[in-house]
Parts: sequence; structure tokens; C-alpha cells
Amino acid sequence: MDSYAIIGAISVLGACICMGIGSLGSALGEGAAASAALTAMAQQPDEASRIRSTMFVSLAMLETTALYSLLIAFLALYANPFWNYAIAQ
Amino acid sequence: MVTFDFSKLWDIPVVDRQIGLESFDAIRVVEWNNFYINVTVFNSWLVILLITLTAWLTTRNLSTQKQVSKWQTALESLVLWLQQEANETSGSRTNQYLGMAMGMFCFILVCNLLTFIPWFRPPTASLSTTMALAFIVFLAIPYFSIKNAGLKGYLKKFIDPIPLMLPMNIFSEFFSVFAMGLRLFGNMLSGVMFASILSAFVPFIAPLTMQTLGLLTGSIQAYIFALLAVVYSSSVKEEIVPQIITN
Repeated sequence: MDSYAIIGAISVLGACICMGIGSLGSALGEGAAASAALTAMAQQPDEASRIRSTMFVSLAMLETTALYSLLIAFLALYANPFWNYAIAQ
Repeated sequence: MVTFDFSKLWDIPVVDRQIGLESFDAIRVVEWNNFYINVTVFNSWLVILLITLTAWLTTRNLSTQKQVSKWQTALESLVLWLQQEANETSGSRTNQYLGMAMGMFCFILVCNLLTFIPWFRPPTASLSTTMALAFIVFLAIPYFSIKNAGLKGYLKKFIDPIPLMLPMNIFSEFFSVFAMGLRLFGNMLSGVMFASILSAFVPFIAPLTMQTLGLLTGSIQAYIFALLAVVYSSSVKEEIVPQIITN
């Protein structure tokens, strides 16, 4: 197996693992946040609008970790720095 | 020689190695010697033109009678809704954050909603646009903080719990804004990438569902970006002196 095949295979595998594990934690956190917000909204319907806006902000914060892993996956797939190293060899 | 190549605007993007992190910025629409305008800048000018034209045509003849136009009602409800959101989030009684929030919300919303046009490449799916928007927020934080709490109050934020936290606070000042730009970029890019990858496999119907989901995500992202800008800008407030109620 030459270096191109190794780098390509490892990049795809790394991107898949990165996306899978990265989105898992984010999904669990978002589920916990949304369920807590729904409970709060059911208990206090008067405060629903304020809870909703706070929930959206916190969901966006939680989503950031998944987006970082998405960017790492994109880097591994499309802008892998080791391709240039392999080409220069 | 000025060359206009508008056909590049609606070439269907192909899924290949070039659709990477900066493919939108690499497509040039207008070229003139060393000067060029790429698709991102061109499309954001289109969006700005659209927003300005709509706002100008609507506010040209406002009325306070019983008969108001549909556009006036729509824009008034939009402004009132965002005003309420910004004032509730920031806890300020004046509408000082409304201008910034409204500009960002409208720009990002129109950019994201126009993705339903197949050849339109949203400017928000380019890292340069989102980082420019985040840079505005980065400048707005010290502006509003110094305006509301003075220079001393703004600098006090960096040593807030204890002076030992100074490096962490400076780091978080940069990184919170950086994450804002990255979040918008990641959301929009993933939507565009997913739609193009799916349409390579299943050209009919199936991409429609993902694009519909993309419209929802885009609206929420516009709301979140505007709200986070208000949250970060209003992080330093003036000291509220508690009033002692005496009977």
C-alpha cells in the first residue's frame, strides 16, 4: 500500500469517527437542554417566550462542538495538509 | 478589459475536491486586470440591494390611518418582535441594540432563505462573510460596554471573579466571537454540501426535504446570530444601584 492509499483511507476513516463521536455528545447535550426547557415551559407557560429564546441560544452553543468536528472532518477530507506532503515526496 | 462572466453564477456546483472550504470565493464573476469580484461579494450586494429596495419602497409612504399596506404591517411586526427580543435579552430599556440586531438578522435571514433558488450561492456559506459579521460583533462589544459602563467597567470585566482569570477572559473574548462566525459558516456549508451530495445520488424529491430543513435551520441561525450579538454586547452593564424602599 503506497502512501496515497494510506493517507486517503485514514482521512476518510478519521472524518467518519470524528463526525460520529463529535455529534454524539452534542446530540445528548441538546436533548437534555431541550427536555429541561420543555419541562420548564410546561410548568410556567407565562415565561415560555423567555425560556424559548434562552433555549435557542444554549442549543446554538451546544451545537458548536458538533460543528467543530464537522469542520475537522471537512479539513481531513478536502483540505488535508498531508496530501501536499505526499505529493512533494 | 472588463469581462463579465455571469454564467458562472448559475453553474451547478459539482461535488469534487474543489468544493472545499473556499470554493465560493474562488469563482470570479467580474474580472478587470488584477481586480475581480467573486460570487460571495456579488451575491451579498444582491442581498443588500434587495433589503434596501424593500425597506425603501415600504417606508416611502407610511400611514397611521386605519388602512395600512401589507408590507408596512409585515415590517412593523418584524421590528416590534425583534425589539421585544433584544430588550428582553439585554435588559436595556432603550433600543440601542436594535439597529445592530436588525441589520444582522435581516442580512443573514435573506441570505439563508434565498438558498431555495437553485443557483444562488449563499454568501453566509463563505467563511469570509461570516467572519466579517463576527468582526462587527467583536467591535460592538467594547463599544456598547464603554458606552454603558465606562472604560473602567469594561476593563473590570477581564478580572471579573479574580485577577488570575485574566488570560482566560481575554481568550474567551476572542473565541466566543470566533465561534459565532464558525457556527453560521458550518451550518450553512453543511446545508449546501448535504444538498449537493444528496442531489448527486437522488436527483428528484429527496433533496427537497433537506432543503426545506435548511430553510428552517437558516432562519434559526439568523435569529441566534442576532441574539448572541445582543447577549455579548450587553454582557457589561452599568451598575444598578438597588433602591431601598422605606415605608
